[in-house]
Amino acid sequence: MEDDAPVIYGLEFQARALTPQTAETDAIRFLVGTQSLRYDNQIHIIDFDDENNIINKNVLLHQVGEIWHISTSPADKGVLSTCYNKTSDTKVMTCAAVWRMPKELESGSHESPDDSSSNTQTLELLCHLDNTAHGNMACVMWEPMGDGKKIISLADNNILLWDLQESSSQAVLSSSAALEGKGQLKFTSGRWSPHHNCTQIATANDTTVRGWDTRSMRQIYCIENAHGQLVRDLDFNPNKQYYLASCGDDCKVKFWDTRNVTEPVKTLEEHSHWVWNVRYNHSHDQLILTGSSDSRVILSNMVSISSEPFGHMVDDDELSDQEDQHQEEKIKEPLQDSVIATYEEHEDSVYAVEWSSADPWLFASLSYDGRLVINRVPRALKYHILL
Amino acid sequence: MAAVTAGSGAGSGVGDSPEATGGSTGGGGWRRPHGPLQRYYGPSTAEAAEAAPDPTDINGPHFDPEVFMTKVRSECPLGQLLAREAALGREIRALDSDMQTLLYENYNKFISATDTIRKMKVDFRHMEAEMDDLAANMAAISASSARVSAALQDRHRRGAQLAGVQALLRKLQALVEVPGRLRRWAGTDPARALRCHARARAVLRHYRHLPSFRAIEDESHAIMADLAQRLRTRLREETLDPKELTECVEMLLQLEEPQEELSEEFLSQAGARLEAELVTLEAELPAPDPSGTATTPPPPASDILDFVDRGSSAFVGTLCQLAGSYRALFGGDTGRLEPFAAALATRYFSLLERRQTFFLGCLGDVRQALAAPRPPGKEGPGLPDLLATLAASVLGQLKAVLAYVQLFTARDVAFASLPYFKGEFCVTAVREGLVVAFVRWLCRTARGFADGPAERGAPAAPPALLLLLARLCLDYENSTISYILTLTDEQFPPQDSGPAVTPGPALCAEARAAAQRLLDHYVQVQGAAVAQMLRKSVETRDWLGTVEPRNVRAVMKRVVEDITAIDVQVGQLFEEGVRRAQSSDSSRRAFSVYSSSRAPGRYAPSYTPSAPMDTHLLSNIQKLFSERIDIFSPVEFNKVSVLTGIIKISLKTLLECVRLRTLGRFGLQQVQVDGHYLQLYLWRFASDERVVQGLLDEVAASAAHRCLDPVPMEHSVVELICERG
Repeated sequence: MEDDAPVIYGLEFQARALTPQTAETDAIRFLVGTQSLRYDNQIHIIDFDDENNIINKNVLLHQVGEIWHISTSPADKGVLSTCYNKTSDTKVMTCAAVWRMPKELESGSHESPDDSSSNTQTLELLCHLDNTAHGNMACVMWEPMGDGKKIISLADNNILLWDLQESSSQAVLSSSAALEGKGQLKFTSGRWSPHHNCTQIATANDTTVRGWDTRSMRQIYCIENAHGQLVRDLDFNPNKQYYLASCGDDCKVKFWDTRNVTEPVKTLEEHSHWVWNVRYNHSHDQLILTGSSDSRVILSNMVSISSEPFGHMVDDDELSDQEDQHQEEKIKEPLQDSVIATYEEHEDSVYAVEWSSADPWLFASLSYDGRLVINRVPRALKYHILL
Repeated sequence: MAAVTAGSGAGSGVGDSPEATGGSTGGGGWRRPHGPLQRYYGPSTAEAAEAAPDPTDINGPHFDPEVFMTKVRSECPLGQLLAREAALGREIRALDSDMQTLLYENYNKFISATDTIRKMKVDFRHMEAEMDDLAANMAAISASSARVSAALQDRHRRGAQLAGVQALLRKLQALVEVPGRLRRWAGTDPARALRCHARARAVLRHYRHLPSFRAIEDESHAIMADLAQRLRTRLREETLDPKELTECVEMLLQLEEPQEELSEEFLSQAGARLEAELVTLEAELPAPDPSGTATTPPPPASDILDFVDRGSSAFVGTLCQLAGSYRALFGGDTGRLEPFAAALATRYFSLLERRQTFFLGCLGDVRQALAAPRPPGKEGPGLPDLLATLAASVLGQLKAVLAYVQLFTARDVAFASLPYFKGEFCVTAVREGLVVAFVRWLCRTARGFADGPAERGAPAAPPALLLLLARLCLDYENSTISYILTLTDEQFPPQDSGPAVTPGPALCAEARAAAQRLLDHYVQVQGAAVAQMLRKSVETRDWLGTVEPRNVRAVMKRVVEDITAIDVQVGQLFEEGVRRAQSSDSSRRAFSVYSSSRAPGRYAPSYTPSAPMDTHLLSNIQKLFSERIDIFSPVEFNKVSVLTGIIKISLKTLLECVRLRTLGRFGLQQVQVDGHYLQLYLWRFASDERVVQGLLDEVAASAAHRCLDPVPMEHSVVELICERG
């Protein structure tokens, strides 16, 4: 179990933005964007060598401002987008842009860590997402299964669908929708559903979760008062098309069936402060990762609402003996919904958690003080699910 | 005295020399007839003599003149001897004259007795002759009496015969009339008909071999069968009151209808009747409120008491009556009655339980009282009063219900002695079904207030109500549950072999859990309210372009006000709690000095641009030493803990919100001022002021990080602004 120990990487700056390199399916690679008002901000490309338990990093400069959100293209390893603050003396504006990283970093050049600080490289700007008419950018989402040509950004109360043209050097606003109504209508986050041929997205504003059809840019469902307070994040179940997870300031994580939005399917109340992030595992959707400002990351096993056939699994403690396992499989109790592990390596609020795109058993979490922790799903559970 | 007289008499006979021989012989003649008497009358004197034979006692039976003389002569001086002698002489003379008087009297009596005897002898002789006469007369009288009776005997016999014939004829007449009478009464007065038939039946049966009697019997049988039929239809069809029902069945029993069938019918009839009553009662109950909250106005308490009153008097009364008559009618066969009564009683209980709506009613009242706009200047009813009212009314209600239920086990009720009512009823129905279920229900309802409104849509309960319920549940845990259970066990003593009962501690734990849940929820609701205020205030403000702070922001004052109000509210119901004594006696002044000495040290490294790593290191090191603070953590049942919970939630929100903003120089300074202000006013509410301090430090540090131009305000200025605000 020695290699199950968490791997910790410290950034010099505070950070909120974390993403896996979505297009990369072999190497475990995460991108972290820093937040500093007084220094040049950076994007750290974290390569994790699973065999040797070693972290390699490359630093890219991101000089335009502090990074609030980062996401990567699902098609091109070298393309990423950031939402960043542009500050002038009297005004802060959050903008978004699409960037390309230097070619040699795309698949991780394994340089030695000590001289990395000396040769920081710069991102190549592909295009700005012009938001002068729409307000502050909250996040940028790439079309999940697409060719990296379509992105959606949330700006204040607008949903903007962009087409990236001419090898992403130009972003053309193809359609948009605005949320009308009274009160504070600002999108806090959104997710693009991988189902329905990638025609649906879900957004969160205040306590409401809304679903949109990207073809008509119309609202298709609305979960009013999904949480008692602000909804912080959403995620779609990658295997069950109508299932959606949400989390928020009421310390809860809720699971919804978008066909029936009056009641959550399930509610988790494990955190003791706002839950900032919720993520389904990409392949095993019973594994739910949540990060919260109580400085904890919690990995839950939601078997009962996963796509996994219920009752297929066996008990943890009997895993050691795999010979017996097959014989006993039938008489064993199905695994219950439970918290698998609570990770307490962070000492500040955790604002981002992400699964690796390459290894389904590995995830990273980032706390505000710049600490990135890479953890694995407990081995016992892993075998449980696999066998 | 006799002995003394004798002794002294003998002594006087020999002159003044007290010689023993004369005394003893003369005394012996006198003493002899008195011996038995004395033995009879004077066991005490005999005993005394045996106990202490004193030969010197001149009056004692063991007097020995020799010894006496020796003693007197040896002990007394001459003068005394002379005096004694004179005294003895006087005594002897006196005794002499007494004896003479007695002798004379005795003689006189003897003479008169002789005379009387002689007279009697003459009288008896005369009487004997008269007695002979009388005997002869009596013989003559008896002889003539025998003659007279012999003469009358024949006539007397004939008279008796005639009387017998007449009685028989009368009976026959009655028998002949039986069918007619039966027919007449069958319709109007079946009871009388029955009595009539019962009388005639035995005779008829006896003489059935005579054709004429058989005809009568057959006819009356037919009539009675008809009557039975009619009674049965009556039994089946009409809704009789219990008394009629009993009569009816009684009559049928007399008609020798099968017992089994009758008891069955009786029960079904009684069941139908009781059922009807239950339905009536049920109809009076308000329709069960599906939402469980007080959306419909709950019935006032008096109605409910009235309801129970009526329910008890009508239903329980009927049930008791029926059960009593059943026992009277069908004797010891209670096997069928038991489940029947049990089933009905259970139904009745289920009805009673529905009266738990009463509790909702109370809650509704309290809610209204809380929500009612208080007339300005006049304080509405305080929370403790409300709590007391609520608790008292709920408890009173429960007691009333118990009292009514106790009717079931009252001594004079016929079936109270059934084993079911002794054991199972007490335990299952009353203790578990009523009391335990009630407490559980109460806890559940209370929890519902905490869990329900958190879900979407449902109207949220006012925080004060949450607090009130939390206190109520806690009180239940502490005392009320055990009180109720004791009360129940007293009134309905459980059987040793009865089914398992829910132990008090389990209920207490439930109540405690509910209380905890409510209080946590209260903290969350109140914390969220304050946090919401803070969040909105941070989010909507332009922190970059703000001007130099001159005042504490109004929202901070509002926060402090709200928290003070909460403090008062909680303080009404919960104890103060323990505050970690760090500087418990520190006045505001002292505290601000403490913080001012510390604050510059904290800010300094953040503003040194040369070493970005240091900031980290420092804050990390600081975090290593501070405990992890759980923001939404369970609170304890005291004021300080509750307040600490609320403050933690509020300040953590402030921290997170500030981190999401970018601040200008004056923005930072405003945060600084606000933070200091909060510190000044909030530390005294928290259990550990370091918690407040720590969170505010983090706010300040985060604000400094998020500031484009981090120039902190002079601390004295900050203090000044806060003092002024």
